[in-house]
Order: sequence, then structure tokens, then C-alpha cells
Amino acid sequence: MSAINQLIDWVDDRFPLTRMWKEQWGEYIAPKNFNFWYYFGSLAMFVLVIQIVSGIFLTMNYKPDAKLAFASVEYIMRDVPWGWLIRYIHSTGASMFFVVVYLHMFRGLMYGSYRKPRELLWIFGMFIYLCLMGEAFFGYLLPWGQMSFWGAQVIVNLFSAIPVIGPDLSLWIRGDYVVSDATLNRFFAFHVIALPLVLLGLVAAHLLALHEVGSSNPDGIEIKSKKDPKTGLPLDGIPSHPYYTIKDLLGVSVFLIVFSAIIFFAPEMGGYFLEDNNFIPADPLKTPPHIAPVWYFTPYYAMLRAVPPLFGSQFPGVMVMGIAVLIFFLLPWLDRGKVKSIRYRGGVYKVWLAAFVVSFVVLGYLGVLPPTEGRTWLARGLTIIYFAFFILMPWYTKVDKTKPEPERVTW
Amino acid sequence: MSQSAVSDKVDEGKRRFLLAASSAMGGVATVAIAWPFVASLMPSQRAKAAGAPVEVDISKMEAGSILTIEWRGKPVWVVNRTKEMLDSLNKDTALLADPDSSGSIQPPYAKNTMRADPAHPNFLVAVGVCTHLGCSPTYRKEVGAADLGADWPGGFFCPCHGSKFDMAARVFKGVPAPINLEIPPYTYLSDTRLLIGEDRKGS
Amino acid sequence: MKFWKKALFVLVLAPTLVYASSGEMKLDPAPIKPDDRISLQRGAHTFVNYCMGCHSAAYMRYSRLIDLGLTEKQIKENLVPTSAKVGDTMWITMQKSDAAQWFGAAPPDLSVIARSRGVDWLYTYMRSFYRDESRPTGWNNLVFDKVGMPHVLWQLQGTQILKTEERTDDHGHKVESHHLELATPGQLSSRDYDALVADLVNYLGYMGEPAKTDRAQLGVIVLFFFALMFVLLLLLKKEYWRDIK
Repeated sequence: MSAINQLIDWVDDRFPLTRMWKEQWGEYIAPKNFNFWYYFGSLAMFVLVIQIVSGIFLTMNYKPDAKLAFASVEYIMRDVPWGWLIRYIHSTGASMFFVVVYLHMFRGLMYGSYRKPRELLWIFGMFIYLCLMGEAFFGYLLPWGQMSFWGAQVIVNLFSAIPVIGPDLSLWIRGDYVVSDATLNRFFAFHVIALPLVLLGLVAAHLLALHEVGSSNPDGIEIKSKKDPKTGLPLDGIPSHPYYTIKDLLGVSVFLIVFSAIIFFAPEMGGYFLEDNNFIPADPLKTPPHIAPVWYFTPYYAMLRAVPPLFGSQFPGVMVMGIAVLIFFLLPWLDRGKVKSIRYRGGVYKVWLAAFVVSFVVLGYLGVLPPTEGRTWLARGLTIIYFAFFILMPWYTKVDKTKPEPERVTW
Repeated sequence: MSQSAVSDKVDEGKRRFLLAASSAMGGVATVAIAWPFVASLMPSQRAKAAGAPVEVDISKMEAGSILTIEWRGKPVWVVNRTKEMLDSLNKDTALLADPDSSGSIQPPYAKNTMRADPAHPNFLVAVGVCTHLGCSPTYRKEVGAADLGADWPGGFFCPCHGSKFDMAARVFKGVPAPINLEIPPYTYLSDTRLLIGEDRKGS
Repeated sequence: MKFWKKALFVLVLAPTLVYASSGEMKLDPAPIKPDDRISLQRGAHTFVNYCMGCHSAAYMRYSRLIDLGLTEKQIKENLVPTSAKVGDTMWITMQKSDAAQWFGAAPPDLSVIARSRGVDWLYTYMRSFYRDESRPTGWNNLVFDKVGMPHVLWQLQGTQILKTEERTDDHGHKVESHHLELATPGQLSSRDYDALVADLVNYLGYMGEPAKTDRAQLGVIVLFFFALMFVLLLLLKKEYWRDIK
């Protein structure tokens, strides 16, 4: 027996190395009909690794001090060997994380991946989404540009809209009367260590929950219901290794092409990935004419702005924005459809899903633009459609005329 | 695997080739991606600028006096040695562990008895960091000082663990320090201006 | 089913409602060539001589200017003030607090001004100063109304004045339009001044991101490599997936 095999045996006697490999990947049986939409889970993990590694190297030179932060980022861009590349990897990676995660979530919507028995998988995923939004929010303050500062100022002030406890809560979050050095330092701690640890834990839980019940597929049928009598393995399943190892690497190579094209040729992405205003150092005395969050938050921002104040309080808008994110948690129980996958749903469901996508995308676009009366009314209409997608789901998924699901998976 | 029988045979050769080629490309990609991260730990432009050579005006140095300059965060001594100090360098060989500077760090033009540029033999330029554990020795030019012994030729004494160096910064026998003090690269821009940290002669 | 298809059609058109007009000043595109090292050198010279009296570029190191094809000796002799070393950053002695008092607002550091304002804005701005006796400096700017900065380059450009015209449009509304006219010529012709500003803006663009050319050059190689790797992995995937059904 070779030395390496002997070493592995020695480890296996003391640690479930080979067993973990087999159960979690090597012999994990996955449906054979995964399509384009199934690349984004492994890509999300890949981007997480990219962000952690590039983040570690940025932390080696970044200074979390209000007087030094902006200058330290320019120091990284100019004086640190390859610092500009590490910075662009991290800033592009942040936006790409959301592109990948939104596509990953959309796959879940389309194929009913959140349906029983995968409700907990979906819930872990939603917690990951919430942590990701927090991670991005905290990270965005760190360059200490105008957008960093004022974006944080506005969002933290939202908390002060909460009745009774609001202003004290905002004071506690900021650690000061305005966003300041105290805020920067604690957001740094959250961004660099607290949330990454939580994220890693949640990703582990997400994968364990997935492997416990097995992956769904574009047809939404359970491959475990049709097993080979001889092997006991699902007829429509294949081992992840080598098939999905290779396929996911292919997905990674496509991602790297897109990722590199952005980093090397358009890292600012027209001001959407790296905003122009953030190249101005934070000035607490001068508000930029137009504050907007980064593109991945804009759908919710548009909803927040669309809701009119009630009794002089902006709290209703804050509530609407919060519920808009949290309502995703309820999806497994709102969906009463007879089938899981959009492939077998009727026209009613398809129109509602399309309406949801349009409202999300257009709200996102509206969130980037300064508000006008016309845009505000449009945003209100789209917000209603967004919520209707969820609230009316128990009804329209029931009345939807579905098609019969196949016995075996289709491509 | 549990699917319908596959009619064509597996082309093992093609698979091996493609696997090898992909692995090779993957290896290259990994190294290429790792390189910028590893390189980012090298001194930055700011560190290099701070570590740039330092110019010293030696025109007002009295004979026997010492100047301490900071270069790359370390103390560098410039000593304007007297004729007696230079003479002592030939006589104290018996006390020294490495009188010919074969084991120490110095530019080629300083590998001589005076450990100095022959064009300006009286000036000693040495890094004032003891080669034992890094303390900065004190300048003791008094010949035969009471606490250092009657045969003390003048030089440098490190108070931390007692290492001794002569007026050419050469280490004594029987002291904790293993080698002579380091001589940094330096150039005379003129008779009155010394540039520490850069050797412009290239010799 | 037909109703739902109609609903879908309407929803898809919804995005078009978003478009609205915006009323911003039209900027002249900056006629700059980032590869033109001589232009960048001229721009650096203008920047050091005219701008650094008030504006620092605290993140830009003099020694980095070897990017422009200069030697360290040339940089030291022509661009670095006597109080600074070639390894220093382009700092200035004017205190921000004093500057804020003298000009109303402290002149901002210009290291990354090209990334926040953009080269077109800078190019138009530097050519849009006009005499305005109501302002403390005697100067105003069409691009940045009531700016605290005087027209530092007035001797080169000459003095412009603002001409306002009122006319009635098709709907019977009164419309005001402005344009600038050169009242007193300066040392440079209009074309030469524009070229000087173009060089200066070119330099500001470079200074905003000195690694830009490296970035693009490296990008070509990286993309080519990943494209090759993609082809190889695609062949590998297809080969192994022939096993499946």
C-alpha cells in the first residue's frame, strides 16, 4: 500500500475523513438533470472564499480609523505591490456575490426548492442572505467615502424611526451621536470577524441540511422515489464526483472570465460597483445631492421611499422594507401548488412569478434614481405587486392548472 | 452508477490527457493567482521611500566625534577617527575574533583593516546594532578605560551582554557577539556629503 | 390564459415608465489620450506649477512618475520642490484650516478627483471660468456655480465673460441661455489653452489610478488564459458526461 494510503488510513482511524468526503461529496448522489441554474450554489461558495482571502490581505494594510481609512485604501491602491488588484477583487466580488446569490435564490423560486422536505434548507439560506446583507452594509462603511458615510448615516437613522426605542437604539448602534470613528471601528469588527464566522457556520448548516434530504432538480420530483433494486441508489442520480466536480469547475471557469473582465476592464461598472461619490472622503458637514445604497439593496430602498409617512413617522416605510425581506421565510408555507417546479405549473403561476421578477428588477432600477412623483407612484404599484406575489400565493397556487409531473427526470 | 447501459467504451486515454492538461492549467492558474497575494507582503512604496538612502553633512565633524543617523529604522554611526585611532587598528589584532572581516557583512570596498572606503579612510560608517541580540553599543573612545581594561584600544562596548568592538567595529574574541558590526553601503557625494544606504560606485 | 398573457405583456413594458429627463449641464468630452506619455508629462508640469500652491495630491508619490517615461533624476529636478524628496507624496504646506478660512472651503486634495468628478467635468470646468464681480475672488464658473476657486490659469486663457440671452420658445415660454465669450485674450490661443487643459486633465486621470494601464494590459493575458482553460474544461466535462444517459 502506498504511503499516502497508509497516512489516510491512519487519519481515518482517528477522524472521519474518508467518510465525510464520501457522504458530503464523493458518493453524494445528486440528480443527473441539473441545468444552468444549478451552478450558482457552488459559485456562491467560491465567491465566499474569494472574499475571505482578498479580505484578509486587505486587512493587512487597511486602517479602521476615521482619520486614516480613506488614505489607507489609496495606499493599498498605489503603494502596496498588487494592492490595486486585491482591492478590485474584493469590491467586484462583493457585487458578484449578490448576482450569484440572487440567481441562486431565483432557481429556488422557479423549481420549488423550498418545498417540503427542504423548508429548513431554505430557512438557513434566508439567514445567509440576511447575514450577507449585513456583511455588505458593514463593509461598505470601511472605505470612509461620502457614500460610505452617508449611506450608513441614513440606514442607521432608519432605526430611530422605530417607536419608543428608536433613537436610543440608533445611538447604541452608532456608539456616537453621528456615524463616527466609533461606528467605523465596530463595523470593522463585525465585517472582518463576527459576520464571516456566522456566515461560515450557516453555510455549513445549509450544506448539511441539503445533504440530509438530498438535492431537488428542475422537474421538482424526488429521485429517491425510484431506486435501482440492485444497488438501492436513485435511478436518476449520479455521484457528485467526478461528474459535478468537473461540471462545477467548468462553471467556475466561466465565472472567472466574467469576473476578470470586470476587474481588469471595468471595475467601477459605470459607478454601480464602485461609486463615483465614494472617491470623495467622508464629510459629515456636506451631504451629497443624491444618496443611494449599492445596487443590490435598491429594490428595498425603492420600497422604503415609496411608502408615505404615517403620523409624521417614516416607520411604516421601514416596516415595509423589513417585511419585504422577511416574507421570503414564509415561502415554503405560502406555496400550496400541487407541483414543485415551474415546468409543470400553469399560466396563472407563471404570470405571477414574471410579475414578481419585473417588480423586483424595476424597483431596483427606481432605487438607483432620484425620486420623482411619477417614479414614486410606479414604485408604490410595484411594491403592491411584490407583496401580492407572496400574500396571494396560497390562493393562486391552489387554483393554478398544473400539468402532470413525470415519473422520471427530464432534461 | 445506475443508468441505462452505455454503448460506447470509455476512452481512458482521452480522459487522462484532458485531466492532465486541465490539472496543469489549474496549477498554473493557482500559482498565478497566489503570486500577487504573496507579493503584496513585500515592502510597499511607502516602506521603500522611508528606507531610502540618507544624506549626511560631515563637514563639521571634529576629529574623534561621532554622529548617529537613522537609516531604515536603525542607528548608523559616522565616526571621524583620529590618527591614533587608525593606528590602533593594526596593533589590536590579537584581541579580535575576525580581524580580516571574512565573516561579517560589509561592501567590498570596506573589506580592509580600517573597514572604510579607501578614499576616506578616517570615516567609519557602521550599523550601530550589536550582532549578538540587537542592542545598540555605546561609544567608548577612551584608551585603557578603567572598566574595560588596560588593553582597551578604544571602540564600542555593548552594555546588554558585554560584547566589545574596536574602532573599526570589529568584534573581540571571547564575547557573545559572533561577527563584526555590519557596514552599510554608502557613497561620498563629495568630501562633505555622505550618502548612507546606497553604493553608487557599483564596486 | 389569454388574459394572463396580456397581463404579462403589460408588465414587461412597465420598465419604460421609468425614464425621465434630467436637467444637467452638457459637458465637453475631454480629448485625452491616456497612452500619450508626453501629454501626461506636460500635465504633471502644469499640475505641480499651478495647482500645488493650494491643492495637495497626498496619495501620489513623485517617484511613481517614472510611469510617464521620466527618470528619477528628471523628476527630482523638474517636478519635486526643494523641501521634498523624490520618494515623498505630493503634499503641500498650506493648512486645511487656513485654506478653509481664506477660500470658504478648503481646496480638496486632487489625488482621486478624476474618479469622483470625471475627466469630462474637469475639462469643461477648467475652461468655464468667467469674471463675476459679485464673487469674493472675482471669478465664477459655469460648471460649478459660486465656486470658491479663483481662475488660476487666467493669464494663460485670458478673461471670459458670461453672455446671457433670452428668447421665447415654441410654447411661448421665456428661455434663458448662457454662453461664455473671451473678453481679453491671454498668453495662449484658445486652441493652445484647450490643449494645456487637456494635458492637465489627462494627468489628473492618470493620477486618479496610476495602475490603470497595467490593469488593462494584464487583463488581456488573464482573459485569454481563462478562455483557454474554459475550452479545456468544456472538453473534459463533455468527455466524462458521455457516461450519463
